[in-house]
Formats: sequence, structure tokens, C-alpha cells
Amino acid sequence: MTKETRPLSPHLSVYRWQVTNTLSIIHRMSGVILYFGGLFLSLWIAAIAFGGSFSQVIFSILDHNLIRLMLVGLTFVFFYHSLNGIRHLAWDIGKGFEPNQVMNSGILIVCLTFILTALFWWFI
Amino acid sequence: MAEFTLPKNSKIEKGEHFSADESAENIRVFHVYRYDPSDDSNPRVDTYEIDMDKCGPMVLDGLIKIKSDFDPSLTFRRSCREGICGSCSHNINGVNTLACIKPIKDLKGDIRIYPLPHMDVVKDLVVDLTDFYEGYSSVEPWLKSDTPAPEGSERLQSKEDQKKIDQPSACILCACCSTSCPSYWWNGDKYLGPAALLASYRWLQDSRDDAKKDRLKDLNDSSKLYRCHTIMNCSLACPKDLNPGQAIAEIKKMIATEDLNE
Repeated sequence: MTKETRPLSPHLSVYRWQVTNTLSIIHRMSGVILYFGGLFLSLWIAAIAFGGSFSQVIFSILDHNLIRLMLVGLTFVFFYHSLNGIRHLAWDIGKGFEPNQVMNSGILIVCLTFILTALFWWFI
Repeated sequence: MAEFTLPKNSKIEKGEHFSADESAENIRVFHVYRYDPSDDSNPRVDTYEIDMDKCGPMVLDGLIKIKSDFDPSLTFRRSCREGICGSCSHNINGVNTLACIKPIKDLKGDIRIYPLPHMDVVKDLVVDLTDFYEGYSSVEPWLKSDTPAPEGSERLQSKEDQKKIDQPSACILCACCSTSCPSYWWNGDKYLGPAALLASYRWLQDSRDDAKKDRLKDLNDSSKLYRCHTIMNCSLACPKDLNPGQAIAEIKKMIATEDLNE
């Protein structure tokens, strides 16, 4: 029996989603989203800097409801990525590794992400 | 590049159903991954109804019951039945653990038993652990000392120093942690995985070992060590309650703080 002919045992399709790997994949995805979100931010800054018809176009785009919804998503992603980043910094100095700490800090940052996003759009 | 779906020859097909005796009152249903290398068929999941009044309490008892009552060809590894040999590690209801110390009554609904995830299947629940063991041996898990042992005595260890290695020494190499790690799934050929790194940590922490710098230099590699993204599935999965995720973080700290060029 050669190695090539052996089947691969199921992985993603059978492994129960854990808090740990779920938050980890969200962290990575939020990083990718923030990369593109940075484009929005620089467009906005450019619009302020240049003024004129260019800024009119950008501001009208940003005023669109769908875009606004995306911006809410973007702030959510920003808060999540930042808070989970702090969690990673704690791990980097060797703190918070007990399984119950890992779970609790994960749940805590998800709650904080919702709260901070809500507060941000409440006050803006 | 990571493959997120199973290759064609690994797709799971519907298997057979085996019913319990009609007199059975206390039935639990076991879904078990089956693969027979002697024909060309794909893996399948067979279903067995087990009369719990005639079965022991652990998942391993269920597997043994299936083997003796329904199908003697069912193949799985087991030995000590008390959580110390590390043979009967499986993916049970979605999480890797040892079948011998997992009580059936702790599992809700049907019991689903698969081989350890993302491994080559030899037969049924038996996977090829060659690469896993190679990772383990590559960290050279033995004492490396510059000095001979004192004459007529062993190398003495203080209680405090022993404490540092008590936990990582308790690893039984069941591979539950490594095969729970998505990073090990996608990069198992390059990344050492939590079990091998925990073993390395055990020797890095040993006060009698003199090869700390060489060990760290060898691990200071983007694939071998730094494919760990602190996902932490490993520490949740460990049936011995060890913490490989923390051990890996400690190794990263050692590399960050030690002068390796000296």
C-alpha cells in the first residue's frame, strides 16, 4: 500500500468548531478585511485633503447606506482585530494560557467588540 | 497551499447499518469511519446500535463491542485502556481524545468516531503516524550533556527543577494535540506541531541539559516553530491536561530573549 493511495482522514468537516480556532480564523480574516479597509480610510483622507469635485464624489459614495453598513462592519472588524491583538500580546509574554483563561478572554473580547462598535456609532 | 476539501479517494460514502437485538432497551448509536485498503472502495461510515446494558462505560468499550459482536475486521489501536499508552486517540464527536478515558454517557446524541484528522488512513481508524514520530525524533528528545554523570550516582535533580519538567514529561504522544491543530493540518510536512514542540520544551527546561542554545537555534525557523499561530486547539484537546500551546509560547520567548550567536 503506497502512501499516495491512502485516503486522507476528514478534518474541517468533522472537527467541532472550537472557540479557539473560530476566533483565530476570524482574526486572520479581519486582518485581510482591514487591509482593504485601509483603502477606504486613505480615500477619505485624500477627499478631505484635495476637496473640490473629487471629495464630492467620495463623500457621496461614503453616504450610501450600503457603504455605511460596510463601514459599521469595518469598525467591528477593527475593534475585534485590535482586542484580539492585545490577547496575542498577552500570550507573547506568556500570560493567559490556561484553557479557561483562553476561553474567557476570547468571549470577553467578542463582547467588548460589540460594545465598542455600538458606542463608536452611537457617538459619531 | 492548504487543501480545505478532501481528495477524491477520501470522500466518505454511506455505509451499512447494524441493528441491535430487539430485546435491547438502552441503545446508543455509534457511527464509525471505515476504510478497507484491500479493495478500491472509498471510506464509509457504518452505523451500529449498541445495547448499553451489555457494554462497558467508555467509548473504547463500545469499539471493542462492535468488533466482537458485529464486525471482527474493525481495526483500531488500543492497549492500556487507562489513558497512559496513547494508542486509542480518535476524533470522537468532533474533538480529539482517548477513547479509553472518554465516558459514553458524557457524549450527547449519537457517537461519531473518526480517525485522527488530516492523516493518511491505513485501515479504518488506524492512521499513519510516521511523519508525527519523525517530527518528534527531529527535536532529539534525549539528554545532551557536556559532562559525564557523576561517578557512582545518577544526575541529581532538585525538586524545583523537576517541577518544571513534570508536566511536559507527562506527554504520552497520542497525537491528539497535533492533529487538532489547523496549522499542523495545512503544514504538517514542515511544522513540527504541538506534541514535538512540547517534547522539545521538556528538554529546553531540563537543568541537566547543556544543548539549550543548539536546540533553540534549530527551532528558530519560520516553519518548524513559527507556524504556531497560538490557535490553542492543542491545549483544549490534550487528554492529559497538558498545555503544549503554552510550551510553544515559552520556546518563542526563549528565542526572543536568549543570545543565540554567543
